[in-house]
Parts: sequence; structure tokens; C-alpha cells
Amino acid sequence: MPGIEVPKEKWSGKVREVTLGATAAEGGTRSRTVTVGGETTLPFLKFEGEIPHPPAIALEVRDQQPNDWPSILLEAWNGATQDVAEWAKAAEAAGADLVALRFNASEQLNAAYARKILRRVLSATGLPLIVFGAGQADLDNEILVAVAEEGKGERLVLGVCEEKNYRTIVAAALAHGHLVDARTPMDVNLSKQLTILIHDMGMPLERIITDPTTGALGYGIEYGYSVMERLRIAALQGDTMTQQPMLVTPGEEAWRTKEARAAEGVPAAWGDYVERAINWEVLTASTLIQSGADIVVLRHPKSLQRVRAMINALMS
Amino acid sequence: MALTGLQIYKLLPASSTKPEVKAHANCKECGYPTCLAFAMKLAAKQAELSLCPYVEEESKRQLEESAAPPIRLITIAGSAKKLEVGNELVLYRHEKTFYHPPGLFVRVKDTQPDAAQVAEAVAAYSVDYVGMSLTLDGVAVEAAGGDFASTVAAVKAACPFPLILMTSDPATAEAGLKAAQGTMPLLWAADAQNWQAMAKLAAQYKVPLVVLANGDLNALADLAEQVKNAGVEDIVLDPGTRGYADSLAIFTQLRRLALKKNERKVGYPLIAFAGDDATLAAQHIAKYAGFIVLDRFDPAMVYPLIVLRANLFTDPQKPIQVLPGVYEINKPGPSDPLMITTNFSITYFSVANEVESSGLPGWLLVADAEGMSVLTAWAAGKFDAERIAKTVKTTGIEQKINHKRLIIPGHVAVLLGEIEEELPGWEINVGPREAVDLPNYLKTRWG
Repeated sequence: MPGIEVPKEKWSGKVREVTLGATAAEGGTRSRTVTVGGETTLPFLKFEGEIPHPPAIALEVRDQQPNDWPSILLEAWNGATQDVAEWAKAAEAAGADLVALRFNASEQLNAAYARKILRRVLSATGLPLIVFGAGQADLDNEILVAVAEEGKGERLVLGVCEEKNYRTIVAAALAHGHLVDARTPMDVNLSKQLTILIHDMGMPLERIITDPTTGALGYGIEYGYSVMERLRIAALQGDTMTQQPMLVTPGEEAWRTKEARAAEGVPAAWGDYVERAINWEVLTASTLIQSGADIVVLRHPKSLQRVRAMINALMS
Repeated sequence: MALTGLQIYKLLPASSTKPEVKAHANCKECGYPTCLAFAMKLAAKQAELSLCPYVEEESKRQLEESAAPPIRLITIAGSAKKLEVGNELVLYRHEKTFYHPPGLFVRVKDTQPDAAQVAEAVAAYSVDYVGMSLTLDGVAVEAAGGDFASTVAAVKAACPFPLILMTSDPATAEAGLKAAQGTMPLLWAADAQNWQAMAKLAAQYKVPLVVLANGDLNALADLAEQVKNAGVEDIVLDPGTRGYADSLAIFTQLRRLALKKNERKVGYPLIAFAGDDATLAAQHIAKYAGFIVLDRFDPAMVYPLIVLRANLFTDPQKPIQVLPGVYEINKPGPSDPLMITTNFSITYFSVANEVESSGLPGWLLVADAEGMSVLTAWAAGKFDAERIAKTVKTTGIEQKINHKRLIIPGHVAVLLGEIEEELPGWEINVGPREAVDLPNYLKTRWG
């Protein structure tokens, strides 16, 4: 009797390889670079294609200790959250591939302040950086332009670029050799369209990371999951404007949920608070990695360990 | 794989090579004018093959096989609850939907003195999520050198959910099957050595049987076929993999073989063992397991897994909705703010989550917008002034608060005037467009 043949898909497309950060030899100051993308099959299906790079994990740090993070999350950092440079160092020590610096919306936030913070983070860690604004369009444009200039040559990822506010950030990234994070609200066509718009401004596709947005576990993760799965399948089928590596922020989403924030006054069936909260972040991230995420931004160092263990096992 | 009308036509009397069958070509006894017309109706599943008394046995077999689902539906049952898995039709949930959520089982050993207590805890576990009560599905009892039969009996008494009986020894298996009588457990497992005896037991006790291989696709398929030929129809596959990469590869291959290659030999649900690793169990939920066995009962791990399962097995064409009505957030009093949004689940949860995590008390009115988000519902006329006013008037909110101020989503600011007309005496406030800005809005603008 003839044996069963292993069923393989013949994908024609490939996810674009994107390199974050630049070493001294490449005009920056990073101790190493991180390349993501390059897959020629669905996540981790090595029996039918290439997975040249593991998904990368970024840990999020803030210019100032945020006042809306639950205490178990802050405590996990052993005081490093008091100072952005210490925090970035701690993130590197915790095993991050990338540091995601996000600015809090605050009164002192302006271009000069952002430059100062960026310089401190760049000297505290040798990891490539992602820099997110505070989520206020005008302010973000001001500080990200300053950050782009201050970090010239570092191949930072600047974000977020959204359909209603991307031109200024893209222009700054273009002028100073950076990458951009292109965020759209969980929609395949909008994601594709924003990539096209940014590319039309002259940004090489090798410097665009797509950010399809996600919901946390229990709060819409299935939408993010399926949009990413569809984007990745489209990429492998050869749709060139969907071939950007994907970044998502499961840490941010998971730590907003009640499951990760409420220590008391919740059903006993929710289980131990700290363990449940970390599981919430880990399962949000791991599930999105299974559907195609190339970069996940996390918050808790223990979550990083568990997600890393999974990635290592899947890459082995 | 379903046959086309023309393929079916080739199996009907009009296409037969046997004169006695061919004699009934286009006889109309089925109620259709020709065999071809009947074939078309069969293909469209608008007629039953039994209408044709003359169809040959071999044709009947082929037609029945083609109508069978590519992944067999397997049912197991405890004393008061059953579980069905299988019958899946797609590789990716966006293609249609995933139908049968994998059963989540907790493993106990027959050497474990607290096996019955664990079983009781599994049975008692229930968690409310989006108005649904989510539970685990059963207990796997493993023979580890203890008293298997009495452990099975104790677990069965403690837990009305289905059981999985785990042993490779046929005599032990039979003792367990006897102890489980009155229920329909899943028997794990038939392997290359014991399969004949295990298949015999499965047939005799009418229980589904797991076929266990050693990570090899062909060995698994061949063994499953042998077990089937020995008279066991209800089969579950255990490829024998226990890690991330090996499981992902072979589970994906098996699903593809069943769905895309119509490979009958492996057209069965899969069972996975995740140890105490929640992340591995999560992979099995997303990637194709029908049964998932955990080594530990820990609510902090079970809760996220059960929610993940509910999320990924939601029909993408029918987004979950929340019930329209009044939702109290952070124990609001009569003077606390009143907001309104739509009953699309993500919209509701975004708003409720923001208000809840801000710690501010508030009343959230959820309008019946047919499960659409604010902007979509507004564009479709499902979230207009009339519906908003109706929600205010019919939910009884007016008896719960001592003010007449309503915050509407910023995206429907244009409705301000119309709502004021529909709700005389009310002050309508335009809130932020995005839920994330609500806490700040409530802090600074409500007072």
C-alpha cells in the first residue's frame, strides 16, 4: 500500500525581511541588529518552508513610571521603572530582543524632553529600539520628528503611523534612516492600503512593519487572530503589499483587562491573580504568534520567559 | 469529499453496465424525470439516495462514503454530560468557522489519593464569560499501578462529565470499562502491540478508541485503518507527539490530509497532551486538537484557556453580541454618569473595560444595534436617535438615576439635535470617539 504523502502547500510568496537597529559599522550605535520576516510558510511549519528568523520579543519601557499599570506589573521590575535608563537596562537583562520606548502623555513631554530620553535609552541599552509616541497626533508628530533626528542612523521603528496621521512620521523616518510601524484597526484591506500609502511617500518596503492591532484574550483576540492569519496567507500567496512583518502589542492589550488588573472582588474561578494575569499576557501573545506575529511587545519579564520558551521550542 | 452531480450520475442506473440495473434507467420511480436530474438533486443534498431502489451496492457505498464528513464526529458521554468533537470543515476559522470546541480534560492517576476530589473540582468549575457559562469537559483517569477500576468508579461518581480511560493494558482497560458502565468513555490507547485486544474491547463496550503512534504519520494511518477493519468506527488519533514543533507539524498535516486530500484513513479528531503548559494547550486549541488533556487543575490556567477556546470557536460570521440593557460598572449610584453604546461585543467590552479599569462608577446603556459597532450601526441606521431614545425609555434606567444627562459616543455627535428632540428634558453630552479616552473624559467633564 502506498504511504501517505506529507501534504505541503506550494506558497509563491515570502514575508519581507526587515532589519531593526544599526551597529557602528552600519551607522548606528546598537550592539546588534534584529531581523524579522523572511518566512515562506505559515508560522513554524518548517516541513514545508523557511522560517529564517524567530519572532522577536520587545519589552515596553516608559519615560516615566506609568500610573495606570497594576502594581504586580510594576513590582516585577524591582524598582527599575523609576528611571527609563535603568528600565531599558533591566529589559535587556531580562532577555528582550528589542526595547519599545513609549512616552507617557504628560505636561513635560516635548521635543527637547523626548531627545533627552532617547539619548538616555540609547546609551543604557545596545538593543534596537521601537519608539512609540503618547497617542496624541500633534504631540506625537512633534516628538517623533525630534526622536528621528536625534537617533539618526539607528534604524529605530517609529510609531504609530495611522491612516489619519502618518505623513509627518514617515517623512521624518525617511529623512533619518528609520523604520515605521503602520497601524490599522484589524482589517486586511486597511492594512494593505496604509502600506501602499506609506510606500507611495518613498518609504522602502524593507522599512515598513505592519501593525494590524489586536484585542486581548477575551476582548476580541479572535478578530486580530483571523486578520493576521488572512494577512499572512495573502502574503504567502504573493500579494506584495501584505508581505510586511507584523508587530502587535499583546502586553498593552492584556494589561488593560480586568483579568490582569483585578486582584480582588473577582470570581474564585479566575484563580491566583498573578498567575492568571501573566497567563493572560502570555496566551494573548502566544496565540498571535501562532497566527503570524513577527514582533510582540510585552510588559512582564516573566511573560517574556514563557513566550521565549515557546518560540525556542517551535524553532528547534 | 462531496461528489458532483455528474460524478453521482455515473453511479446511478442510467450509467450502469449491468443490463438488469440499466433497465431501470430514468424510470422516474424516485420522483425525478431522469437519473441525471436525480443526481443533481443528490449533489445539492435536496434528495435522499434511498428514493432509488435500484442503485447498486458498490455505488451506494461510494455515495455514502462521499457524504460522510471528512473528520468523523465522535461523541463521548459521562453520567450527565456529553461531548462531541470532529466534523470540522476548515483549516482557518475565517474560511467558515470552527464547529466543535476541543474538550478540555484534567488527568488524574489511579495512584492519586485525591483523584475523586480533583474530579469533583473539575465538575464544579464554571466561569461566566460574556453571559456564557464555560466549563471543563471531563477527567482522564490514568492507570499507573493503583486500583484502576475503583478510581474510575470514584471519578465517575464525583464527576458527571465524560471520562478518558488511559491504559495500554487490555485487562486493565476492561476493568475500567466495566467500572465506567452507564457512560461512554474514550479509551486510550491502541498501539502497535495491543491494538487487536483494544479494538475488540472498544467494539464490545461500544466506546471510541484512541489510536496511538510514535510520531509517524504513516504508522498512525495504517494502525487506524487496521483498527477500523477490526470493527471500530469511532476512532481518535494520538500521533504521539508531546512538544510544540512536532505537534504543530503533524496536527496540521493530519487536518490537511482529512480536509484537502480527503484521506479517510486519518479522518478523525485528534487528542493532545499538554502537560501543565498553558501555552502548549493554547497551541492545541488553535491548531486542531479535538481533546486536550492537562496534567493539573489550576483555575489560573484553565480560565484563560477556556476563554481562548470560546474566542477562537466563535463563528466569525456571527460576532458575539451582548444583551441590550443596563450594565452597572463599579457599583454606580443615582448621580453617576450614564453612557450609551452598541451591543457589538468588542464595542461593549472596550467601553466597559475602560470605565471599569478607571475605577469610576457609571451606568452603561447598551442599545440593540444588531451586533454592530458604533460607526457601522450608525451608517446602517441601527444606532440612530430613535433607537437611542427607545433604549433610554425601555430599559428602566430612568428609575435608577436622579439626573437626565446622557453621554453619547463621539462618533455619533451628529445625532445630538435629534436625540434632544426624541428625549425632551434630557441633556445630551458628546463623549470621546474612542473608549480609551472615556476615563479622562469622565474625570474632567462629568460633575
